[in-house]
Amino acid sequence: MANNFYRFKFAMAFMLIIISALVIGCKSGGKGDKEPVFDVDMEEIDEALFDNINQAKQIFYSMPSPLETAMLVRSAGAPYNEDLLNPTDNAGNYTTNCSMALNLGIYTCDLSFASLYDQTQTSISYMSAAKKMADGLGILDAISEETLERLEENVNNREMIMDIVSETFMNSSSYLQENDRQALSSIMLVGGWVEGLYLATKLVDEDSFEGNKLVTRIIDQKLSLNIVMKMLEDQKSNPDVATILTDMNQLKAIYEKISVTTSKITTSKDEETQVTTLKSETRNNFTPELFAELSAKVESLRESYIL
Amino acid sequence: MKRSLFVFIIVALFFSLPQSGKSQCKGYAKKICKAELSPFTHDGNYHAAILTEGEEAELYKTFYSDQEYRIAICGAIGQSNVEFKIVDAHRNELYNNRNDDYTNVWDFKLDSSQQLKLVVKVLKAEDETEEPQSGCVAIMFGFKVK
Repeated sequence: MANNFYRFKFAMAFMLIIISALVIGCKSGGKGDKEPVFDVDMEEIDEALFDNINQAKQIFYSMPSPLETAMLVRSAGAPYNEDLLNPTDNAGNYTTNCSMALNLGIYTCDLSFASLYDQTQTSISYMSAAKKMADGLGILDAISEETLERLEENVNNREMIMDIVSETFMNSSSYLQENDRQALSSIMLVGGWVEGLYLATKLVDEDSFEGNKLVTRIIDQKLSLNIVMKMLEDQKSNPDVATILTDMNQLKAIYEKISVTTSKITTSKDEETQVTTLKSETRNNFTPELFAELSAKVESLRESYIL
Repeated sequence: MKRSLFVFIIVALFFSLPQSGKSQCKGYAKKICKAELSPFTHDGNYHAAILTEGEEAELYKTFYSDQEYRIAICGAIGQSNVEFKIVDAHRNELYNNRNDDYTNVWDFKLDSSQQLKLVVKVLKAEDETEEPQSGCVAIMFGFKVK
């Protein structure tokens, strides 16, 4: 008797699942493919993406590197402005591990930015400033004299310069990770990221706010900030990381005012080039007022890191 | 005296083993995996770990609109294949290299910026009957400089 009762309950539950699936299936199919549905808030997406995070043996939070950050500014059509870079004369002011790590990221971003605009002499100066930071942190051979010579020999070869910058950054971050100094590696990444955000906010032409690619890049950093927070939270037992996490929380408070919604991603592969395109659209409510608030916060944080 | 020296050497070797594994992993990523990114420019980030057959690693990253990316996943674990898949926030699988004969690179671009999850798993080798093997798995990203 009890057996029959459980069978009945099981059958009812199974039928309910099937009916629910059919209803959901019908709903999603009804809209067609012409108009994307902007029903998913990026914050919900972030949380969903990080679900079941502890199942894997190893978790990586991949921040945009200083090279990628600088490239995003450049590819958005921003002009070059050397006055915005952290002066290399400041290099002597950084004596703590935290300030050296932050400014290793900042100088590497400035170095990448100058290199992408073919500013060869500036690139060499910034590579020397980055070397001072790496040497101060005891990162052996991340940037050697030979690296500087290679840079000078390839002043007219942007691709080679990018390769050298990427190699030196990888040397620094891998050295810190291998030697259980992950906190400094994260601080360095945050330094580079904040510098990129600072350059982007300063280079926006406020007269052409609508449809400005650089503005889009700044909004996109809401996604990267989420990864920054996760990365820092993992290491918040380190007092320097805890301080920077507080800074990032201030930035997050402003980014939370920006609502970004996205449509579902579909894929399409070009058989000739073998490149897959992830198709989707996003919308946001970013305003010049929010931009001004964000810009001021980024400037004050960056100011506190370079002094 | 000899015995203390022996114990010291054993202890020193024990503590240097993980370090040596990490260093080998870095060398592998730098020399072997980075080459797979060509003609894309390596972003400079370093992600590598020692994984055993059956183990998984996850990576979270924001990919930006209008950029062309290459992901290279390289594994040095005997004959084992390394499976990788790209998942979006709806847990939709956007790509799985199982459908491409476990290729170790994937090129893609995006219409709008997205935060994606990369899941990497070391599969058990088919003819493997002994203890599960371990080795280095490196995950690297390249982009096209514009």
